[in-house]
Amino acid sequence: MTAPRFVDPSLLTDTADGPALLGSRCSDCGAHTFPRQGGCPRCTGAAMEDVPLSRTGTLWSWTTQGFRPKPPYTGTEAYEPYAVGYVELPDQLLVETRLAETDPDRLEIGMPVELALVPFRGDDQGSVHTYAFVRRTS
Amino acid sequence: MSGVAIVGIGMHRFGRTEGVSGRAQAVHAARRALDDAGLRFSDMQFGFGGSHSAGDADTLVSELGLTGLPFINVANGCATGGSALIAADAAIRSGTHDLGIVIGFDKHPRGAFDTDPAEHGIGSWYGETGMMVTTQFFGMKIQRYLHDHGIKPDVLAEIAAKAFRNGARNPMAWRRKEITADEIAAAPMISHPLTQYMYCSPGEGAVALVLCRAEDAHRYTDRPVFLAAATFRSRRYGSFEVFSPWLALDRAPSPTVDAAAAAFDAAGVAPAEVDVAQIQDTESGAELMHMAETGLCAHGEQEELIVSGATAIEGRLPVNTDGGCLANGEPIGASGLRQVHENVLQLRGDAGEHQVPGDPRVGFTHVYGAPGISACTVLTR
Ligand SMILES: [Zn+2]
Repeated sequence: MTAPRFVDPSLLTDTADGPALLGSRCSDCGAHTFPRQGGCPRCTGAAMEDVPLSRTGTLWSWTTQGFRPKPPYTGTEAYEPYAVGYVELPDQLLVETRLAETDPDRLEIGMPVELALVPFRGDDQGSVHTYAFVRRTS
Repeated sequence: MSGVAIVGIGMHRFGRTEGVSGRAQAVHAARRALDDAGLRFSDMQFGFGGSHSAGDADTLVSELGLTGLPFINVANGCATGGSALIAADAAIRSGTHDLGIVIGFDKHPRGAFDTDPAEHGIGSWYGETGMMVTTQFFGMKIQRYLHDHGIKPDVLAEIAAKAFRNGARNPMAWRRKEITADEIAAAPMISHPLTQYMYCSPGEGAVALVLCRAEDAHRYTDRPVFLAAATFRSRRYGSFEVFSPWLALDRAPSPTVDAAAAAFDAAGVAPAEVDVAQIQDTESGAELMHMAETGLCAHGEQEELIVSGATAIEGRLPVNTDGGCLANGEPIGASGLRQVHENVLQLRGDAGEHQVPGDPRVGFTHVYGAPGISACTVLTR
């Protein structure tokens, strides 16, 4: 039994608290990016270092996806509603993400959320996961 | 330095024209613009133009005439028309040329635009997991905007209803049937809070403009319209743009804010002096946000303006009088020049059923698009 496949392992890193998204931080000005990149979009320097992004944050904005997108989407063949949003990771950045919750009445700006790895498609070798954020209860 | 005048305008009807290529629509628009100015293609000293998916503009010379003129292709997404206009403006203002043509055209297949993450420098995971979807961006952007400014989402249906009302009065528009705000609000949800009828569709169409030195304008027309400013800006660090796997915590104004301010500054005109405005309405929320980002009103003031009818054709700040992108569709290469065409009609008093009353003197246009660009013009007479 192996760990579930992830859509792009270079997006993730391991931390003591579990998997986290892997970003870059500019050593000169402190700006963050996701995914990693070599140049700083704020100060235009090139002194970027790897940094794990916060596993918790708050929902900054959100919307729903009302139909199955065309390619390059590779999610399940049958349309399964999903939501997306931006999550504010304190002192780092706003990350764009799928959201586990899809009911507009249960999504609100400012709600606390945390990182989760969720399946978004499957094949004969099992499911492929991506990252998402879910409502934080603790 | 010379001022710049628009002395000829031509358009091929927007929408879907089966069996007529984008290039043929462009040639049609060019001939109409030349006729309008009483000129021939052999009089043109330069051409600037482009399309996103209907071919290279410079190949139009095989149909328009092989005169040897410099014809430069422009490819700048939604700002293709605006960029062609800026190039023409510079060519005339600098004294390089006296007279020339700009042409924008397009013909897109049905459905949404195809997107490839690699073209935007993003990994394939972004598309695979269903985040490379333009309609989501608009949903998230307006969701946050409504939250920040305490605006009720009901106004989004009112904006679309106005677009279809105006389109019904415009013989060149694609969608000419009125749709009520209730029907719009009840349509299938695409990306909350935006329903199907709140989004524009890719379409077809072409626009051409003949421009010359301002002091020569009366040779070609008795009703010249002057291009007082044409500007273009790209995004700054911290602006909220489509296809962004991340955004900075620092919030910066949209490129719209910069492009509009630069246009008003260059023209020496205040936003309050605008008599008619065409602003990017890729979806209802875009018109709402852009009204304030362009400086035409304050943030949060839009709801009152829209609900009270101030942005209607007969209102005090008429917006998207030809029905905008919502009623005309968005042939990317032609869309920005459509706005200019409409404002020239309005300032000439030739807009017919959709004419703004009260003898308008100042027109403003604004486009906005991926990957965070905006182009604006100020027109006067
Ligand atoms: Zn930096």
